[in-house]
Amino acid sequence: MTLVESYQQPGHKAQPAQSDSVLLDVDNLHVHFETSRGMVRAVEGLSFNVKRGEIVAIVGESGSGKSVSALSIMRLLPKMTSRIPQGRITFDGRNLLDLSDEEMREIRGQHISMIFQEPMTSLNPILTIGLQITEPLQIHLGMTPEQARERAIELLGLVGIPDPARRLEQYPHQFSGGMRQRVMIAIGLACNPKLIIADEPTTALDVTIQAQILELMKDLSRRLNIALIVITHNLGVVARYADRVIVMYAARLVEEGIAENVFHKPRHPYSMGLLRSVPRLDRPRGAKLETIEGLPPNLAVPMPGCRFAPRCPFKIAICEQEPGLLQTDLGGLSRCHRHAEIAAGKLAWTGIGGGGEIPVAKETTPLLSVRDLVKHFEVRGGLRGDSGTVRAVQDVSFDIYPGETLGLVGESGCGKTTVGRLILKLEQPTSGEVRFAGTDIATASAGEMKTLRRKIQVIFQDPYSSLNPRMTVGEIIGEPLHVYKLVPGRKEQHARVEELLQQVGLRPEMAARYPHQLSGGQRQRVGIARALAMEPSFIVCDEAVSALDVSIQGQIINLLEDLQRRLGLAYLFIAHDLAVVRHISMRVVVMYFGRVMEVADRDTLYAEPLHPYTKVLLDAAPVPDPTIEKGREPRLIKGELPSHLAPPSGCVFNTRCPLASEECRQAVPLLREIKPGHFAACIKV
Amino acid sequence: MSLALPTPTAAMKSPNKVVEFCQQQPLGAVSFVIIFAMMFAGIFCELVAPYDPLAIDFASLLVAPSWEHWCGTDAFGRDICSRLIYGSRTALVIGFTSSFIGSTLGAMLGVASAYFGGRIDNWIQRVMDILLAFPLIVLALVVVAALRKFVIGGVDMNLIIAIAIPIIPRVARVVRAAALGVRVMPYVDAARAAGYSDSRIIFRHMAPNVVAPYLIMLTAFIAQAILAEASLSFLGLGVVEPTAAWGLMLSGNAADFYREAPWMILFPGAAISLAVFAFNLFGDVLRDYLDPRFKV
Repeated sequence: MTLVESYQQPGHKAQPAQSDSVLLDVDNLHVHFETSRGMVRAVEGLSFNVKRGEIVAIVGESGSGKSVSALSIMRLLPKMTSRIPQGRITFDGRNLLDLSDEEMREIRGQHISMIFQEPMTSLNPILTIGLQITEPLQIHLGMTPEQARERAIELLGLVGIPDPARRLEQYPHQFSGGMRQRVMIAIGLACNPKLIIADEPTTALDVTIQAQILELMKDLSRRLNIALIVITHNLGVVARYADRVIVMYAARLVEEGIAENVFHKPRHPYSMGLLRSVPRLDRPRGAKLETIEGLPPNLAVPMPGCRFAPRCPFKIAICEQEPGLLQTDLGGLSRCHRHAEIAAGKLAWTGIGGGGEIPVAKETTPLLSVRDLVKHFEVRGGLRGDSGTVRAVQDVSFDIYPGETLGLVGESGCGKTTVGRLILKLEQPTSGEVRFAGTDIATASAGEMKTLRRKIQVIFQDPYSSLNPRMTVGEIIGEPLHVYKLVPGRKEQHARVEELLQQVGLRPEMAARYPHQLSGGQRQRVGIARALAMEPSFIVCDEAVSALDVSIQGQIINLLEDLQRRLGLAYLFIAHDLAVVRHISMRVVVMYFGRVMEVADRDTLYAEPLHPYTKVLLDAAPVPDPTIEKGREPRLIKGELPSHLAPPSGCVFNTRCPLASEECRQAVPLLREIKPGHFAACIKV
Repeated sequence: MSLALPTPTAAMKSPNKVVEFCQQQPLGAVSFVIIFAMMFAGIFCELVAPYDPLAIDFASLLVAPSWEHWCGTDAFGRDICSRLIYGSRTALVIGFTSSFIGSTLGAMLGVASAYFGGRIDNWIQRVMDILLAFPLIVLALVVVAALRKFVIGGVDMNLIIAIAIPIIPRVARVVRAAALGVRVMPYVDAARAAGYSDSRIIFRHMAPNVVAPYLIMLTAFIAQAILAEASLSFLGLGVVEPTAAWGLMLSGNAADFYREAPWMILFPGAAISLAVFAFNLFGDVLRDYLDPRFKV
């Protein structure tokens, strides 16, 4: 009996006739948290339902209440600090909020399962995969160890793990991130659940792996008739999966509807703004990103009227009153007084205008010139003895001209961050040179370095850990001024800090605050101000916007572009998000496994990629358009990143390349100029 | 329909912070009382002590605890209660200073070791390993025997150094581990990318972020230092007669008379135990307070 058949057995209640009936019904759910800052209303009056076999996506930015809603369905909220003062969660005819802990455990194990974001930490590192899959089977379905093992092998096969019998004996560290997420899905499927809740299931994964996992989850849900709630901030992921979309903002549901409608004809200003503020691969690149200005409200402070009104361009007098959930012309729901006007096309989101292409004076001498850069890390084996050399960066060369932005894209482990660290001299290169304005950074003396340091600055990914928590914003920004004596006195220093804060769009009073008192976007602005304090000519932006929410990400990208225009800065923009890189960069370098695969002007690269890896990468990136996503062919890319300790011979991409042949395994292809200004390292082009 | 979950805030919102603290940390409150009493007695010895701790009174040798002598007298007729009060000054001065010196040096070595890494880290840690091979009291014994005695302001400096040295590697280990975590934080990279000097990065950027483990170790080692001082004095290598010190009160003729006059060892022993107990508890409470992972 196969797994698919087992779902059609009488024991399993999913009958085709019932497939349209409601499986989960959340009615007027309220969740409150007691915190030191007072009561936070994390979810307010949330109502939605999920039908059998349906895929529903909950979209929202951090703090919108999307994950809290999922945890309250699973009754996994922290007991000490959370409260559900009102609401009903009916699953298969039973109110989950009334069940005893014992009954709830039964539900969690057998009927609803959950997949978390972080595949690295959701598996127990000291137990074999086999044990972790068979455990629920033995506990909940009363299988014998032999039956459970047989079923586990079947499940691993189902989620696409090759050689399942052998892999059952292995431990989580022997699996890659993508494979672990597959294992998590297998565990989620183990007891034939009727509903799977996936909280950001692919956020921690690389684009090519993400595509594989999305494919798998969608396929399984369809074949096994499992309802799926996907919680995510990535609109592309939503477009790929969802039948229906729920948009949450500041603890409330603001829009609900069929995926196609929400994406193509949004009926709430927030959804409209959100869709417009994402840089997109499927549309021509706009000159400037449109953003939703401002910040989401603080949920600890009660707020009358429409939650989105302070950031909404269509605000009118009636918005002072709380809008209800109103039926839209398309049969969806919108929490906006003016949804009918939006439907009639009377309210258009006006672009902020300005900007335009940043003019780069055609200079002939590069500001930064990287030649044959190599960085090897020696890995000393522990007891397991897997020692060797990790070739993190191999023969990387590129130039950056003054006032230019060079995008550096690649998946995790491709060496892009190491390149950034080598340029900043946070690491010493194994060989090769990094010339900045004529001086080789790798061999520069301490004195030369001191002057160079000021000219090269950095903005990091994580706005939480890139600021010293024990220093105030004013001290953080003022420190370089003081150390390099860029201003004569204390008074001038204060004035300069205020000027810098205003330059990055923060109020001067922020100088007295500590980083933990700021939001993620504000912290990232402080990080930018700190870099600007040095008056640099070149900034390395290492995933500078990837930890931010969509609407904030757009604001920071626009800020970086503004600063470039005003101050003539050059950027090395390191990122994994192809759409963001396309938006901000003028030229793009694609890296894979420590090597440069392709270099080209932005428009050429995205329109006519030459290297098979670039093609695969572009193909794998989901775009926020359900029509395109649902009509897509299955993806090209197979397999996983090879091990750094056993690199493939010849072309590093040959293990995953759709075009690979015997010659590709022979020699490492050189980066050659195929068209003027367009380089690729592939013998097949 | 509502799901009634217990709300802990009822207890948290009690009007009086002291009462609230006593409810949450009853043992912590006890330790605060003991430490406060000790510090009060130690600072205001002259006012608190009923007798001169050094005054020999041959009229009242080995007097049992009574209303005149709360803790009895010793073989020289000295009032044990007064000697205990003066002894708390000795214990606190030596405990605080040696723990402070040892922990601070240890923390500095730990942060530097983590920051520089590589060969410097290796050398510092191997030296620490050697020091760690000796039990605290044995190492202190060796140092005190090797050092020439010198006294500044009535305090044995060699004793303080002897107790501080074994504390160094213990604190260095813990602080290094914490500093290794801070070392890889992007804000330290940002400081390096800004070209700041090593000392600036160590003192301005790393040290403030390892203050929590440092303070916890500092208080925990006050207890150890008091115990070490008592042990060294008991062995005759620490504080010498006639200065009042708890360990010293247990040695000498106390050992000869303990059958006839058990109060001679009972009270100093209890004082040592209570002080060590209180400072250890204080360290635990401090850890709970400073470590956010222990906060609900």
